[in-house]
Amino acid sequence: MSRFKKKKGSGTPAISTASLPDIVFMLLFFFMVTTVMRETTLLVENMLPQASEVKKIEDKSLCSYIYVGAPVTGMKAKFGTEPRIQLNDSFKLASDIQEFVAAKREATAEEKKPQLITCIKADVDAKMGLITDIKQELRKAQAFKINYATYASVD
Amino acid sequence: MSRRSLPEINAGSMADIAFLLLIFFLVTTTMDVDTGLVRKLPAMPEDEEIIDDSQIKAKNIYVVLVNAKDQLLVEEELMGISQLREGAKTFLDNWGKNPTLSDNPQKAIISLQNDRGTSYEMYIKVQNELSAAYRELRDREAQKKFGVNYTELKGDNKKEIRKMYPEKISEAEPKNVGGK
Repeated sequence: MSRFKKKKGSGTPAISTASLPDIVFMLLFFFMVTTVMRETTLLVENMLPQASEVKKIEDKSLCSYIYVGAPVTGMKAKFGTEPRIQLNDSFKLASDIQEFVAAKREATAEEKKPQLITCIKADVDAKMGLITDIKQELRKAQAFKINYATYASVD
Repeated sequence: MSRRSLPEINAGSMADIAFLLLIFFLVTTTMDVDTGLVRKLPAMPEDEEIIDDSQIKAKNIYVVLVNAKDQLLVEEELMGISQLREGAKTFLDNWGKNPTLSDNPQKAIISLQNDRGTSYEMYIKVQNELSAAYRELRDREAQKKFGVNYTELKGDNKKEIRKMYPEKISEAEPKNVGGK
């Protein structure tokens, strides 16, 4: 009988975890490379509408973002509840857009200037009046390429 | 050897450190791709310039109006958003059969006009349906000619289809009719 009891003491050998750091590092590098840090903090509610006929933006660095929406909860007391325009990190008026577009154009290399695009990230609750104002300002600023940011939906 | 060999450094906690960093990057990563509807704005009209649209026959214009209550008026008839795609397709793809609709897709223009009170959501829906109408017609033509969808075409083939069905969505100069 002792022949069968022999193995009991040793148990299953421990699984080697030596390669665990390697695997984790691999994942880590993947995420480090793909991560894009948000450069602006959103001050407005930004629930984008859905559309099926969407196109992807090839180069995000050529994009200037205009956010439109009602101020977030913490900002409501100061800035009201009506949808507003956010450029970079602060609330702005439609009349500031020309300057904003010009600054972006200034910062872009000459050969890439024709590819500049303005992305309008507007909340579903925004009214067209505000969007129309933005569009008029963009026309004045000669920034004709625009993109209405939407989520891609499947229909 | 007089000195004792150095004890091996315990690397067991390396995984923990790496995990910590990994979780940080996992949380901060935003994988969203920017997608959207691409449009081109018209140039600002010159001062005192009167736009002469009498050259375009009324039957070649498909008038889409959206009011402040998000209701659609297409060619002077109330319409639901779900019918807009089919409506636009029939208009574009008429080839002179119906005398009230367009002569051919090259001449056809969709005129979109919205109110200041129209919601952005509705506006995007309308834009999306109109784009879809063009896309479906282009896809059909591309399938017939080349056996693939329009988006998969390249170079001259793509241009040819685009020339057959040019996307002409014109937006009227803004007006404020429905009040606030």
